Amino acid sequence: MGNSAMKASDSLLPLRIEDLCFEAGGRRIIDRISLDIGAGSRTVILGPNGAGKSVLLRICHGLLAPTSGRAAWNISQPVGTGRRQAMVFQRPVMLRRSALANVAYGLKLAGVETHQRQARAFRALDRLGLAHLAGRSARVLSGGEQQRVAIARAWALEPEVLFLDEPTANLDPQATREVEAAITSIGAAGTKIIMVTHDLGAAKRLADEIVFMHNGRVLERADARRFFDGPASHEAAAFIHGELL
Amino acid sequence: MNATRILLLVSVLIAAHAASISAAAQEKFITVASTTSTEQSGLFGYLLPVYAKKTGVEVRVVALGTGQALDVGRRGDADVLFVHDKPAEERFVAEGFGIERKEVMYNDFVLVGPKSDTARIAGGKDIVAAFRKIHGAHAPFVSRGDKSGTHAAELRLWKDAGIDLASARGPWYRETGSGMGPALNTASSMNAYILADRGTWLSFKNRGDLAVVVEGDTRLFNQYGVILVNPARHPHVKKELGQGFIDWILSDEGQRTIADYKIGGEQLFYPNARRG
Amino acid sequence: METIALALGQAAELIAGFDPRLVQIVGLSFRVSLSAVVIAALVGLPLGAAIAVARFRGRQAVIVVLNALLGLPSVVVGLLVYLLLSRAGPLGPMGILFTPTAMVVAQAILVTPIIAAFSRQAIEDAWREYEEQLNSLGAGPVQAALTLLWDCRFSLLTTVLAGFGRAVAEVGAVMIVGGNIDGVTRVMTTAIALETSKGDLPLALGLGMVLLSLVLALNAAAHLIKEAAQRRYG
Repeated sequence: MGNSAMKASDSLLPLRIEDLCFEAGGRRIIDRISLDIGAGSRTVILGPNGAGKSVLLRICHGLLAPTSGRAAWNISQPVGTGRRQAMVFQRPVMLRRSALANVAYGLKLAGVETHQRQARAFRALDRLGLAHLAGRSARVLSGGEQQRVAIARAWALEPEVLFLDEPTANLDPQATREVEAAITSIGAAGTKIIMVTHDLGAAKRLADEIVFMHNGRVLERADARRFFDGPASHEAAAFIHGELL
Repeated sequence: MNATRILLLVSVLIAAHAASISAAAQEKFITVASTTSTEQSGLFGYLLPVYAKKTGVEVRVVALGTGQALDVGRRGDADVLFVHDKPAEERFVAEGFGIERKEVMYNDFVLVGPKSDTARIAGGKDIVAAFRKIHGAHAPFVSRGDKSGTHAAELRLWKDAGIDLASARGPWYRETGSGMGPALNTASSMNAYILADRGTWLSFKNRGDLAVVVEGDTRLFNQYGVILVNPARHPHVKKELGQGFIDWILSDEGQRTIADYKIGGEQLFYPNARRG
Repeated sequence: METIALALGQAAELIAGFDPRLVQIVGLSFRVSLSAVVIAALVGLPLGAAIAVARFRGRQAVIVVLNALLGLPSVVVGLLVYLLLSRAGPLGPMGILFTPTAMVVAQAILVTPIIAAFSRQAIEDAWREYEEQLNSLGAGPVQAALTLLWDCRFSLLTTVLAGFGRAVAEVGAVMIVGGNIDGVTRVMTTAIALETSKGDLPLALGLGMVLLSLVLALNAAAHLIKEAAQRRYG
């Protein structure tokens, strides 16, 4: 299943976010966001903690329902062709089984036949340099290894879009490097990357374009280099200089 | 996978259960509702193997209090009743739950009491007088209080002594609501008087300071009766097998076997089935 | 004190002697309670998982009732099952009163709430950790419940063992629906009750010690298996 063979009208993208609002506990967490996210570049949603980035991601992925407004894909996901968009969370959730079985689990839910599952799962682990851990129990692996298994699990589904929510926030520098290399590979292979982070370094390293959020609103959207050279908004500038947390 | 293994285990268990159940169903057996005192005397352990050897019929005894045994009979959960409360048994038959009441055997009750004998009745032969003295001294007395044959006999004796329990009741009179054995345990630990059937008393091991204080009064006579549960009322009752058992315990052989049962050389039950 | 010493002696004699009646009684105890626990697990585990994962009106009330049923007195269960299975009752024609099958039914009813309530708690705790990821991968409620049941298998094993312990230790239910018939429905606990009421306390206590040792052995074996597996799977 090659993404390149799909016609534009078959694609999930662009993702159209229209007048999105999300309220919880009396607070406005997302305050009227309108945004179009298209194919191609690696989009990083950047901003301080509490900006609403993770909530926005979850609404786009389908885990949360907006209070008003909508986030709609280009086409609705056709039934039975597996998950076209996947998500990796800040804390990897591993089932009590081997790394290979964890990846195969995602494939099973996507309707992949039994004899194909093992092979595809192994290939995904191999692409992330985890082939030697395939038989090991996932829950005894290190944080970085677990996160890479989570990425392998998402990648094995061959999604069109991969959401990542602060994927390296809990990892040490070595593991961070490995995970970021994996994200880059996946992006290069054709999957659209939409990543949330509050880490400037990660954003600088990975982003093609930046969507800057603060207090539930999108304040700025620009090509990454242009954003870091000269942010247009006052808050973004403060954030880059470490004055906004 | 794992679900399959679980399923396999379950089917094996169910099959094993079903097999054992059907095996049991093949056996010939009857259910006899009897009393805890009869069971605890050990009589059935002696009597039933003889019957099984002779006829191949397994007699399953459910030992309950007389009140509960009669209730089981009314519900049709047993084929035969073997209890010791003549008025209640006759009522049972009169109400149409049983075919006929036949006398099988008797034993007697004994009044058991502590060595300290606060009511000063040891060695007496008059049970009613003894009851009056116990009440007079407010000596601790344990009652089964469970509608059993023994309990019914005890209540009759209070009545004969002219004592109205409702007004006479006090801390001296302890109702345990339990079988003969547990009540004896309680009396033993409380050093109290208690009316017991001789069979249970003879096989009771936790006597403490208790010993027989009054016996031999004809009013302590305890008659056992056997009744076939009415198949007209409960069609599933094993009429032939049940009647077969009844016929046997009323027969010479059955009666002799009852008389042969002894504990420490002492006979517990005296067969008294009437001919005809 | 000397009763206990006598009891220890009795217990040793019983175990060493392999008294056939004792073996039969022990075998029946385990057969009845194991069967009951299997049924209770088949009903209780999915039930607990379903309540843990699903969201519906009255869910909190269901959880409260389920937890309350943990305190179900065995004698009450026995009485209710007796009324059900009695010839005068609705299931009378089945004719299973005063048989081991009735005992299995009663114990299964007693143990199911235990397994359901505890598994509900364990799986709900796990669901908090797993919910987003499983939803993200597209697991529906049934699939999620099954996945969690397998993932929580170690704590669920402890729950099932707790259920077995409750079953093999109870006397109220099996006494009423089984009738303590010698050679047919007499199990360890009813035998102990009988010997106690006959005043043979050392023998009763000795039987109790035999029962305890067997249950202890079973739990030790299960614990070892669980520890080994847990080390492997984390």
